[in-house]
Amino acid sequence: MAYNLKENVMKEDRLAGGHRMCAGCGSPIAVRTVLRALNPEDHAVVCSATSCLEVSTFMYPYTAWKDSFIHNAFENAGATISGVETAYKAMKKRGKLDETWKFIAFGGDGGTYDIGFQSLSGAMERGHDMVYVCYDNEAYMNTGIQRSSSTPHFADTTTTPAGSVVPGKLQQKKNLTKIMVAHGVPYVAQTTFIGNFKDITEKAHKAIYTPGAAFLNVMAPCPRGWRYPSEKLMEVTKAAVETCVWPLYEVIEGKYILSYKPKEKKPVEEYLKMQGRFAHMFKPGNEWMIEQVQKEVDRNWEELLKLCEL
Amino acid sequence: MGIRERLSGNEAVAYAMKQINPDVMGAFPITPSTEIPQYFSTYVDNGEVDTEFIAVESEHSAMSTCIGAEAAGCRAISATSSCGLCYMTEMLYVAASDRLPITLAVSCRALSGPININNDHSDAMGVRDCGWLMLFAETNQEAYDNYLQAMRIGEAVSLPIMICQDGFITSHAIENIELVETEKVKEFVGEYKPQHFLLNKDEPMAVGAYATPVYYMEAKRQQAQAMMDAKEVIKKVGAEFAAMTGREYGLIEKYMMDDAEEAIIIIGSSAGTAKEAIQNLRAQGKKVGLIKIRSFRPFPAEDIAEALKNVKAFAAMDKDDSFNAHCGPIFAETAAALYAAGISAPKGINYIYGLGGRDVRVESIEHVFAELEKVAATGETGETYRYLDVRE
Amino acid sequence: MSHLAKDMTPSVTWKDITPGCNIFEGGTSVTVETGDWRTMKPVIDWDKCKQCLLCAPVCPDMSIPVGADGKRGDFDYFFCKGCGICANACPFGAITMVKDEK
Repeated sequence: MAYNLKENVMKEDRLAGGHRMCAGCGSPIAVRTVLRALNPEDHAVVCSATSCLEVSTFMYPYTAWKDSFIHNAFENAGATISGVETAYKAMKKRGKLDETWKFIAFGGDGGTYDIGFQSLSGAMERGHDMVYVCYDNEAYMNTGIQRSSSTPHFADTTTTPAGSVVPGKLQQKKNLTKIMVAHGVPYVAQTTFIGNFKDITEKAHKAIYTPGAAFLNVMAPCPRGWRYPSEKLMEVTKAAVETCVWPLYEVIEGKYILSYKPKEKKPVEEYLKMQGRFAHMFKPGNEWMIEQVQKEVDRNWEELLKLCEL
Repeated sequence: MGIRERLSGNEAVAYAMKQINPDVMGAFPITPSTEIPQYFSTYVDNGEVDTEFIAVESEHSAMSTCIGAEAAGCRAISATSSCGLCYMTEMLYVAASDRLPITLAVSCRALSGPININNDHSDAMGVRDCGWLMLFAETNQEAYDNYLQAMRIGEAVSLPIMICQDGFITSHAIENIELVETEKVKEFVGEYKPQHFLLNKDEPMAVGAYATPVYYMEAKRQQAQAMMDAKEVIKKVGAEFAAMTGREYGLIEKYMMDDAEEAIIIIGSSAGTAKEAIQNLRAQGKKVGLIKIRSFRPFPAEDIAEALKNVKAFAAMDKDDSFNAHCGPIFAETAAALYAAGISAPKGINYIYGLGGRDVRVESIEHVFAELEKVAATGETGETYRYLDVRE
Repeated sequence: MSHLAKDMTPSVTWKDITPGCNIFEGGTSVTVETGDWRTMKPVIDWDKCKQCLLCAPVCPDMSIPVGADGKRGDFDYFFCKGCGICANACPFGAITMVKDEK
């Protein structure tokens, strides 16, 4: 079924207004888009790791979730949704329900790349019929912008401050999407908010309706942590894609498919310069940092093109 | 009449699980509880139950999957020991505060370090304030019987329940046991019909709220009430179980307490050893007795105070240490129970014993009673915080 | 005893609070006005709006309703926090951010 923006946004949102995420936050955009990819007649249980998203969407007694929702802890969204999905199988087998339910877990990069990594890996390996969605904003934002293994090289965070001796985070971003691919699950994709939301919506739909475990990595910018004006969200995600800092691709049954190839790959500066977290990289004498990041992006991009057999 | 069998404690618990046929089990192996998920997955793979078994990658995930499954509307179970129970700790609190009546079999074992696989109660006592109901067994029979009663109790008050037995001592030792017929078990345990659950198409449910200070304390007070209400439930379910099997269970078991002047308070398998010591001492004309705590959570403060009010001296036996330079948990809670009841006459001492599988012999308990006789005679407790059977 | 979210007010007692602070309804946050966080407010110029709908999916606060006729309506200012993403996403300059006078 061809994607149609009008049809997509005419669907009722399954996330309600009144949640307390910051103005301009990328995470609720990811959530509402993924949930709109559900077939409206299907029921869903949504799980969230402890995160900005969780504390902002279920502050007692106000839940922003129209579907059944469970939050358990920071590090175990993968296992928790596994339990719910298994309960569904048990109840279905015993004739206690006959309708269709889908299972979607959301975690930030802290709850996904780091503290919840084991729980996620276990869930993926066991192959529960579920989707795990990482809304990746590249640091622990809920506790105040501390570095995660997803934080990009040289980024200025509150635990990797750009100091006079140490210039921000010393390590590169972990490539979680590829690690998820290595689990051999049937569907893995990397996406973000671009244009008419075709890319993310189609990937979310495939992730939800591919039987077995699926993983979706969504770049979801945090205006506060990345230090850009909140209205620039779509410019930031576009620059991430056009510079190949955040390539859009999917891996179906182990086969890499590039979703978008920029006509002309832009230099990383175009992405970095928009954000305060990289501001120190533009000071005189720090050109090497930008060159280093460019090298890393180039290497990752070339690797991805090879995997996609391009 | 029941079915006579010879089973280890682990197998007895696994057999109870099989008879109940719960919806979901999430478990991870750890000595000495490993056999429970092993036996159970054999039942699953041979079609003897139709439970969904999730072989998770850690105890933390075991409890996390149980929380998900129970909230979804299922009976969820697990089994663990020692460090595994520690690793679950964070989730134990969540299970209790979410009011999910999960059932967890614990084969108690010492905690690292040094690493040790033998029995003591450090694991279970370490999680005593997580909000779980906790029943302890002296024998394989009690482990089995407690398991059959567990879901009735937990589900009645919407709290999770731990069924504890002593690692190796009962978990691996084969004893005679009387099993209940499966049809009777199913009738006794009944169907799980939660009022609210995630997989209810007619009513969305949200679990795991962020509660501000405006609400948090009310939620905790309500949870505390459930634990208080559990005392009557445990007695009621125990009475029904007795009607079915003839085996009676309450919050505590009193042994030779009617005229006892010296008593020990103890939990788990060592109660059996202590009973033998008491028989020996009674034969010598000594008025000694024992209180065995079956329900540690809820703590049977009133029953213990009532049972102790006429003794001259008592020893609380802790198979773990609180490392507070003062006493173990059973002593602390027993002393608090007496104080709350306005009873100050009995003199109390505390023994830390049996750590990491240190053998608890009849002579060990007889030594405790000899010390209690001195305390009773002199009215002086001396040092109250004592280690039993440790090389000096 | 009510277990409705609306009755879980700050004066609810421990006896009446929902067990585990669980909620047995969906979307109860709709009574929370987040529009009062706003300092800037999006205003649409209907003459410039081509109903391309590129603004609709970018809103983090579900404040751009799209009706059954497939056309967007005015902003839901009850929820809109004034982030301005929609204004920047509009290819036709139909949305401007103005100071929110309250």
